Amino acid sequence: MSSIPYYPAAERPQTYLNWSYRVKSWLLTKDHKRIAILYMLSITLFFFVGGAAAVAMRIHLLTPDGTLVQADTYNRLFTLHGVVMVFFFLIPSIPAVLGNFLIPLMIGAKDLAFPRINLASWYFYMAGGLCAVIALVAGGVDTGWTFYTPYSSIYSNTNVVWAIAGIFLAGFSSIFTGLNFIVTIHKMRAPGMTWFKMPLFCWAHYATSIIQVLATPVVAITLVLVIVERVFRAGIFDPSLGGDPVLFQHLFWFYSHPAVYIMVLPAMAVVSEIIPCFARKPIFGYAFIAFSSVAIAVFGFLVWGHHMFVSGESLYSALIFSALSFSVAIPSAVKVFNWTATLYKGSISSATPMLYALGFIGLFTMGGLTGLFLATLGIDIHVHDTYFIIAHFHYIMVGGAVMAYLGGLHFWWPKITGRMYPEFLGKVSACIIFLGFNLTFFPQFLLGYLGMPRRYHSYPPEMQVLNVMSSAGASILAVGYLLPLGYFIWSLRYGKIAPANPYLATGLEWQTTSPPPPENFDAPPVVTEGPYRYDLMRSQLGTPLVMDGSETQLTGSVGL
Amino acid sequence: MSTLATNSHAHQELAHHFTDMPQQREAGTLGMWLFLATEVMLFGALFLAYTVYRYKYFDPFRAASGHLFVSLGTFNTCVLLTSSLMMALAVHAAHTGESKKIVRYILLTILFGAIFLGVKLAEYIIDYREGLVPLIGWWKPQSVDPMADREIRLFFMFYFIMTMLHAIHMTAGMIVLGVIAWFAHRRRFSADYFDPVDIAGLYWHFVDIVWVFLFPALYLVHPEIHLFK
Repeated sequence: MSSIPYYPAAERPQTYLNWSYRVKSWLLTKDHKRIAILYMLSITLFFFVGGAAAVAMRIHLLTPDGTLVQADTYNRLFTLHGVVMVFFFLIPSIPAVLGNFLIPLMIGAKDLAFPRINLASWYFYMAGGLCAVIALVAGGVDTGWTFYTPYSSIYSNTNVVWAIAGIFLAGFSSIFTGLNFIVTIHKMRAPGMTWFKMPLFCWAHYATSIIQVLATPVVAITLVLVIVERVFRAGIFDPSLGGDPVLFQHLFWFYSHPAVYIMVLPAMAVVSEIIPCFARKPIFGYAFIAFSSVAIAVFGFLVWGHHMFVSGESLYSALIFSALSFSVAIPSAVKVFNWTATLYKGSISSATPMLYALGFIGLFTMGGLTGLFLATLGIDIHVHDTYFIIAHFHYIMVGGAVMAYLGGLHFWWPKITGRMYPEFLGKVSACIIFLGFNLTFFPQFLLGYLGMPRRYHSYPPEMQVLNVMSSAGASILAVGYLLPLGYFIWSLRYGKIAPANPYLATGLEWQTTSPPPPENFDAPPVVTEGPYRYDLMRSQLGTPLVMDGSETQLTGSVGL
Repeated sequence: MSTLATNSHAHQELAHHFTDMPQQREAGTLGMWLFLATEVMLFGALFLAYTVYRYKYFDPFRAASGHLFVSLGTFNTCVLLTSSLMMALAVHAAHTGESKKIVRYILLTILFGAIFLGVKLAEYIIDYREGLVPLIGWWKPQSVDPMADREIRLFFMFYFIMTMLHAIHMTAGMIVLGVIAWFAHRRRFSADYFDPVDIAGLYWHFVDIVWVFLFPALYLVHPEIHLFK
């Protein structure tokens, strides 16, 4: 059995996982790696809660009149799905799990700059999650994740206050994470780790953190105002009291559009690490990828008005917001072209993380290009609030962010847990997810273009075929997500013991043991090379041990 | 020799993941500046919303501002700026390592903060008596024109939300300063280690600056300002 330990138990080196098994050593940990694990467990829980709501919706939409739930319940389902997936899964996913775990390792630090604030961020996240669960158990919320006023502030008689309180608290966790990353990247880099020797993972997380720090407070105060509206009838967003509901939309999207980049920039961070490793080439256009992350963060703040093309926004603002929205395509395309150029003449292997990364490039490109359709004023009026936009942002959020999250989880699983995931099953599930995803969401582009509005619990009978296709895809997608859940848990006990650097990847995180010791490195690292010297790796170290399931061996010279 | 001695003292306060005291200090200071950036955005959204309605309901907002007590607001502005001066003196004392002075000046900072909050509370009570609290049952119509009345009410909604949010920030700051004064009393700070005083000082000055913007935006809008009405 592969569960035979590599070392006799007494000689096992101390790692961040085994130095203490007490519950307190986890719940009061200040180690960024353990906090990352806490986040991983909690966001996985929320992912499957949100996913269950999505499955229920897709079952409901199998027939034109709806098979499963009442119209009111359907409203609660899509609100639950949106709130949980956006605020409790996607926003924290890659930054709070992989970023938390990897940024100190990648820059050669012992921890993030503020370990206690890092732990506090997890508790704020859990407190927010608890409020959201209370809102759910007490009967749900029916406003949609956008909480548009005056429906959310006056008319909805569901648990809006609890849900908003939960998002408010989760916002603190997001701010704390971002603040920690920025300070860590500025002040904690190892000797020799200059800005341009940093992995692109850190650049993208730096850009993400800027958004988290600057945008989150705006939605925080806006949602507080919605609570004040509900409880005290403040009138700031209530037309009957002199307020303006469109002001809410401006403030909400000032956060919530950049929030999309909180979700996708870390995904780009992951892909920028995986692609050069499995193409065995230095990344093409390092500086362009680094600065395009910052550019996306900056442009991302200037495009929120494209959510209000049909909300009575003036034509001139709409024109400007449309043009600015197009401009986001430039840094995004810079990244896609640079990743593709990295593949050119590389020795590409189809390991599981690479399959996810390649899937990301394709799906992100489709999501991005349809975003250009939506930034076009005339087309937006036709497809606004239809399934076209649902499909568009799921290509970015699920096809982009979730694919990259899973790719990153596979890529760094050996580092995080010290065990290899099963390569064959990994590839199978990556393919299932890619197929299931496209079958779920491509028909929704067509449905939206045909005019099926989002948030409706029923539809005309002639749209049934496409809806059935979408629901069928969702069930395939569910299998694709349950498989990794199963084999990741399996691998913790039965997976092959991982060497320090199973992929012969560059980067400081691979220089330390798998899993790393509590203080990350046995000796403080000193950096002399850039981050992606795969050209050197090839000549110096030969073929990587783990490029493919069939080649996975533990008997090489590299590793423990 | 003296540097060796200070280094060994500083080591007690050096967290395990930093390499030296300057790194720890710079990290803490940068962290606070970033936190202040989030605060700017938090208050900024409110100032934006206020500005939108200030522009939209120009005359009602001017009329509404006339109900506020410019005299009390001016007094409070002076009090708060004085507390900022005390904070600056406390930070200076921290840099020179005079723990007694740190305690004295921080306590003065808290005292002036408390005076500010006391005057603010008195203002709220007067507002309540005049029917200016914009809640159902408490609000008394301030204009015969119902449209103007609801717009005046909107001004007071902003007035209460913004000043109360500011007061919450002050209260939090005073609690933090109390803890730091206790640390200073216990001689935790020295000329090598005074980061918490510095960082709390940044926060306190920020809270004051918010008031410096709130005061003209809310109190000085009325065209004829009567200091003693």
